[in-house]
Amino acid sequence: MRKEIVFTLNGEEMRADVEPHWTLLYFLREVCEMTGTKEGCGYGECGACTVIVDGKAINSCLYPILEAEGKNVITVEGLVTSDGALHPLQKAFIDNGAVQCGFCTPGMIMSAKALLDTKEKPAEEEIKDAIAGNFCRCTGYVKIIDAIKSCGEGR
Amino acid sequence: MEELPTIGQRIPKKDAPLKVTGSAVYIHDLKLPGMLHGKILYSKYPHAKIVAVNTSKATKLPGVRAVITGADIPVFKIGVIKDNPPLKTGKVCSMRDEVAAVAATTPEIADEALDLIEVEYEELPAVFDPVEAMKEGTPLIHEEMKSNVLKLPWRLLAGDVDEAKKNATFLVEDTYTTPWVTHCCLGTSGCVASLDLNNHLTMYSNTQIPSLAQKDYIEAMAAMGYKDRKVRIIQSFIGGAFGSKLDTYCYEYIAIFLAAKTRKPVKIIFSREEEFFATSPRQCTITKISQGCDRQGNLLFREMDMILDNGAYTSWGATTPSVMMLPISSLYRVPNVRYTARCVYTNNTYSQAMRGYGNPQATFAIESSLDQLAEIAGIDPYELRLKNANLPGEITPQHFKITSCGMKECIEEVQKRLDWKGKHGRDAGRGMGMASLIHVGGGARVYKSDGCGTIIKVDDFGKVDVFTGATDMGQGSETVIAQIVAETIGLPVDDISVINNDTDVCPWDVGAHASRTTFVAGNAALGAARKIREQILEVAAQSLDEPPAFLDIKHGIISSTRNSEKHIPLGKVLRSAHYMPHGRMLMAEYFYDPPNENFDKEFKGNLSVSYAYGCHGVEVEVDRETGVVKVLKYIAAHDVGKAINPMMLEGQIYGGGCMGLGYALGEKMVFEKGVLKNGNFLDYKILTAKDVPPVEAVIVETDEKDGPFGAKGIGEPGLVPTAPAIANAVYDAVGVRIRDLPITPEKVLKALREKEKG
Repeated sequence: MRKEIVFTLNGEEMRADVEPHWTLLYFLREVCEMTGTKEGCGYGECGACTVIVDGKAINSCLYPILEAEGKNVITVEGLVTSDGALHPLQKAFIDNGAVQCGFCTPGMIMSAKALLDTKEKPAEEEIKDAIAGNFCRCTGYVKIIDAIKSCGEGR
Repeated sequence: MEELPTIGQRIPKKDAPLKVTGSAVYIHDLKLPGMLHGKILYSKYPHAKIVAVNTSKATKLPGVRAVITGADIPVFKIGVIKDNPPLKTGKVCSMRDEVAAVAATTPEIADEALDLIEVEYEELPAVFDPVEAMKEGTPLIHEEMKSNVLKLPWRLLAGDVDEAKKNATFLVEDTYTTPWVTHCCLGTSGCVASLDLNNHLTMYSNTQIPSLAQKDYIEAMAAMGYKDRKVRIIQSFIGGAFGSKLDTYCYEYIAIFLAAKTRKPVKIIFSREEEFFATSPRQCTITKISQGCDRQGNLLFREMDMILDNGAYTSWGATTPSVMMLPISSLYRVPNVRYTARCVYTNNTYSQAMRGYGNPQATFAIESSLDQLAEIAGIDPYELRLKNANLPGEITPQHFKITSCGMKECIEEVQKRLDWKGKHGRDAGRGMGMASLIHVGGGARVYKSDGCGTIIKVDDFGKVDVFTGATDMGQGSETVIAQIVAETIGLPVDDISVINNDTDVCPWDVGAHASRTTFVAGNAALGAARKIREQILEVAAQSLDEPPAFLDIKHGIISSTRNSEKHIPLGKVLRSAHYMPHGRMLMAEYFYDPPNENFDKEFKGNLSVSYAYGCHGVEVEVDRETGVVKVLKYIAAHDVGKAINPMMLEGQIYGGGCMGLGYALGEKMVFEKGVLKNGNFLDYKILTAKDVPPVEAVIVETDEKDGPFGAKGIGEPGLVPTAPAIANAVYDAVGVRIRDLPITPEKVLKALREKEKG
């Protein structure tokens, strides 16, 4: 039984008929074909599917789509401005060498954004806490932390 | 040294903008029109007869387009010694054995169909311990082979070990073991197989060996009756590989069979659960090692005997002893060496390549044992290492010709940065340890060719397309290749595009393995870039009426080196090349196959043109109450020849080191009677950002004469010496030696208790 929900997706109103058992990740990837958000495990452990809902970084693979009703959802696709400019975090990830295979990158950036949106200059430990739920197998996290730090400092 | 505009610069990875915006298309993101979804039914038992398979209910489920079993596919086996049928008939030999597969319109329907397949098994006695499996009378995994011990010739002899043992003043002997660990690529395995009307195959793939995979698929197609068909491999962005994609797997053939049967593209994507239990980990090892030295600490011999659990089938894991030989024969100067290894079939999972290819297991034993030797010889382990360090110009017992070698510099960097002399040997809950590494750094002649091809074409406006066989799986080879081409021609790196993911347009390459890409693909790119530069200057010589010898290209402008009036933009020259009668098009190709050697029958020969060295040192704190090992400081010094891109190179060192820390301290696949007990991210712990200690990457440049701009490989070395460095530091801190990885608090605590008891 489909149900209509309305929420904000990357700044625009999204109105959709959804199956109650869908996750937000399924809706984004399979229905909207927005594949920037990745699935790394499907059970909320790896953080590759991280998006921001009402200011909080969440694992979209565990988030029921019905919960999105009335909320503000931001995905990696929503970070680039309409004139094509990258978000400072995206630029920092590029410039600091924080990207290797890139599969964790969108989720990592969303976790970092949720942090920087609430705290302009987070300490290193706060950065580590914020991305502790985002696994990366390539980088050893060093340059990811550098990138996030550089963004906080640059403000 | 003169600073170059592109080489040695911290240039961001070329594909990073696609990745940070979520626009990079990974295999998981790919959809083709009409595409079906494939799913695999795995065995319920580690060893059992397949009595009957009933697929009728599954076939009738709406949305199901095909159900196949071993009976529906041609007799065909894959793997290094062709012992693995993509779908099993007769019997299953491990929990990951593929019994049936489904293609359906959605992944959910395919899953539902799997539940409807009825398989009747008759359980067989199984064997899970390689030592048991070698004994007479144990169940045979492959009856036709008449033994569980693989007929592989792993045996290396150099000098006279028995004589050297007699002469050794100090001698140590011990046994070290390592567990299965898995790659944990963030992007799971997957592929999309698509056949056209003439049964030519297009495989969308994650592979790190496109040219070799092409051959594998061609064989499969021939077995299916589609002889002489074309196979095209298109690589999507790869969500991590680390060796896991160095072979082709049953699921890929299943996708091909399903595509052939349904006449639709078929996509198979592994769940995380499958990624854990149905992909091939780094092999576990049991290693007996003995080393000895004279009174002054000169190493006299090294003897090692290994047993490797091969699992039920054979992939590249069974060939890792060939790379283990590298540190065994040539890590430090050791004149007498004896090594044997046996790979033994069991009903466990089968192993594959994983970053380091055997080197981490061998180095764990060698470097731990070396500290034991230093202790009984009464020599500081750092001094012992320095005394026996490899040297430029040396020829090792395995006939490796050592060219550039920064081993001593790496050891010294670690010593200095850890304040070794002041802090080592206090046994006060804090301690430090070091371990070195040797790895191939200038290709590795595993196959008859170790080559890579490159084609360069320049468009009318001075933009350069580089077509390379070299795969990028995140390590940054496309950026390094672009830098090499940009530097050589005299262009900004932004003007270079690298095309590296399509066998229809990219030349041949043996694969992204053996830390060979910067060296081999880099040299191939260098060769092609030199040729295209020559062509450009020939054409420009006409335009500017100046001999090529007096022309240079800088930032896309060609100018005379003796007459500053004479200059012309590259694009203009290129257009003039073909907008004229009898015009020409500028394009160059180059195939670089390094002058290295295959091993001879005794496993001797100069496998690589150059060798990579490094030394890792750690300071740890061990909690005597809990057994927890905390890494306080981690120095990773690497001889890289020349850092073409220090930023990306550091990324390899940090990433390797982090993976090495996991191997040292926590990662282990726990199998009980062939069943993986911790196949998820909750129970199999990889390091998070909070677990990473302060790591310092130290780059030692030795300018390798045969490397592109002096560079050597760095892909694998970063994790090779981590575990023994930590094991040695734990010993230094609390006096207990952990011989079995990972070094868990339980093991440390148990060893501390035993030590207290005396």
